[in-house]
Amino acid sequence: MAIEQHTIRVLIAKPGLDGHDRGAKVVARALRDAGMEVIYTGIRQTPEMIAEAALQEDVQVVGLSILSGAHLEIFPRVIAELRKRGVDDVMLFCGGIIPEGDIPPIKAMGFAGVFGPGTDTNDIISFVREHAPERM
Amino acid sequence: MPSHSTHEWQEGPYKQAVDRFKERQPRFESSSGTEVDPMYGPEALAEWNYHEKLGFPGEYPFTRGVQPTMYRGRLWTMRQYAGFGDAEESNRRYKFLLEQGQTGLSVAFDLPTQIGYDSDDPHAEGEVGKVGVAIASLEDMETLTGGLPLDKVTTSMTINATGSILLAMYVAAAKKQGADLAKVGGTIQHDVLKEYIARGTYIFPPRPSLRLITDVFAWCKDNLPEWNTISISGYHMREAGCTAAQELAFTFADAIEYCDAAIATGLTIDEIAPRLSFFWACHSNFLEEVAKFRASRRMWARIVKERYGSDNSRSQSLRFHTQTGGATLTAQQPMNNLLRTAFQAMSAVLGGTQSLHTNSWDEALALPTEGSVELALRTQQIIGYETGAADVIDPLAGSYYIEHLTDRVEAEADAYIKRIEDMGGALVCIEQGFQQREIQESAYRLQHMMETKERTVVGVNQFQTEALEVPDIMRVDPAIGRRQVARLQALRARRDNAMVKRCLVDIRAAARGTDNMVPLLIAAVEAYATIGEICGILREEWGEYQEVLTI
Repeated sequence: MAIEQHTIRVLIAKPGLDGHDRGAKVVARALRDAGMEVIYTGIRQTPEMIAEAALQEDVQVVGLSILSGAHLEIFPRVIAELRKRGVDDVMLFCGGIIPEGDIPPIKAMGFAGVFGPGTDTNDIISFVREHAPERM
Repeated sequence: MPSHSTHEWQEGPYKQAVDRFKERQPRFESSSGTEVDPMYGPEALAEWNYHEKLGFPGEYPFTRGVQPTMYRGRLWTMRQYAGFGDAEESNRRYKFLLEQGQTGLSVAFDLPTQIGYDSDDPHAEGEVGKVGVAIASLEDMETLTGGLPLDKVTTSMTINATGSILLAMYVAAAKKQGADLAKVGGTIQHDVLKEYIARGTYIFPPRPSLRLITDVFAWCKDNLPEWNTISISGYHMREAGCTAAQELAFTFADAIEYCDAAIATGLTIDEIAPRLSFFWACHSNFLEEVAKFRASRRMWARIVKERYGSDNSRSQSLRFHTQTGGATLTAQQPMNNLLRTAFQAMSAVLGGTQSLHTNSWDEALALPTEGSVELALRTQQIIGYETGAADVIDPLAGSYYIEHLTDRVEAEADAYIKRIEDMGGALVCIEQGFQQREIQESAYRLQHMMETKERTVVGVNQFQTEALEVPDIMRVDPAIGRRQVARLQALRARRDNAMVKRCLVDIRAAARGTDNMVPLLIAAVEAYATIGEICGILREEWGEYQEVLTI
């Protein structure tokens, strides 16, 4: 399996204006400790900045963390910016304070996974390993 | 034969029992990872001197409390942090809370307001009215405070980078009501250093941010004597993952930075310290949290006396607000959060807090509903009126374990403060990412302990149940954001724009110079200059802070 041989490259990004970065940093570190290459953007990233980082860093996976409640407005803009740059082969997942009812629309946007508070990082690690697209 | 000392007991009967029946855990520890003994006896306080360590309520070193009567005179201020949508909607929630017996207001602002963007700025898209109320101009502030007597009710505003501007709006609104500024009381958080460390709503680099803070100190001293000019906060660092001792240490290191900055501008410690307030978190380690609150008062009294040479008891006494731990709330079995919050609130009361916010049980899911906020407030009222915990001052004093813990939390925090000082102080450490890294380490350690079940979180890693039905949660109506934008645009068309322009020119000049900015900010907001316009000028003059990435 290609993903076993190649290191998975992941971008962890915080869109929106909230500064709650505990979850993003814990996930970034857990994925790194699991052997992945992780780029963490820092807080308050615009959709343009995130898409640009995904392109420049040539990642297979983009994880977004948001706790302000603006996910339904901001996620589609991130996806649009990714597409604009031709980044359409990345696996997307997200986490934060995301009400149950918002999960179906988020999945419909193209997110493979949504992880709420209390998630075990091992579950996220296996999820990323399973779903990261293989690299040609 | 009965044991004659703790040591004898521990080596004898206790050890025999443990040899036969293993304890629940191989090791018991505090939030800082320090091991906790099975029991504390008189030996723990062998060298302990009551007068030196505790003193009496209202007297140095204030370990037992800052007032002589504490809650026998008046209960703590029950202050629920609230705000969402627009000013009108939030004003309604405040009136509801006051009718329910809440005794002070606490305003949550939305992120655009906190970061200095108008509600129609592209950066604000999706965020208007989400985590708090949108306040872009004095007009919004007038609506927010409509019908609330600002010389009677005290208001705490969680606002930092734009704290001086929101204070200017509050003062302008109070003046319009005809309130006597000598009687207007409240708090702005205005603690920017911790924003760089944990909370993230900074705008400007540290130097101009510190200048705004010392300008507020100086202006309030002469014009708004009842105002708490800053709420130096450990809360958000604790929420981000740090330990109880780190919470105290990082906060006091910030406090020292603010005092030094103020003194460098010519203010004296006794001109500023009486108006400083503090803000602690209360997490679930019940006794350690009580000890932390007690230690915090003693530490601050000593810092003010020994470091700054003040014998003024008002300067030495640490007054604090407490909020129960948001990060301890779970999305799983969310009603359990009611109980967590009740225990945490009880330890804040046993620790002698001056005001308290109790979280609502549904806050790991969304903003709280009116019903869940009411329950949170009732929790405080039950503690205050029914349990008797408020009837005797500092009732846990003298407990071997509590006094041992109080000493230990203090010693651990002191050691951290010394490390920070040796590295050049809070600001230098922030610029090197020291506190940020320490917090991350603690957060990661806690996560690991949870995943390995070394630490139990009921309903999350033990005693799980299949999810029951999803409770009704609060949702902010998206139409509110659109209404807010329309109102703001109408205001821009209606106001005297030449006057606004003149005010902004003055602010630019002051940003380049050293004049106190507060009077100019008041003039600008009275002309209905918006928060985005004012911050836009300041961003041009001062630039923006760049996050130190520590991952």
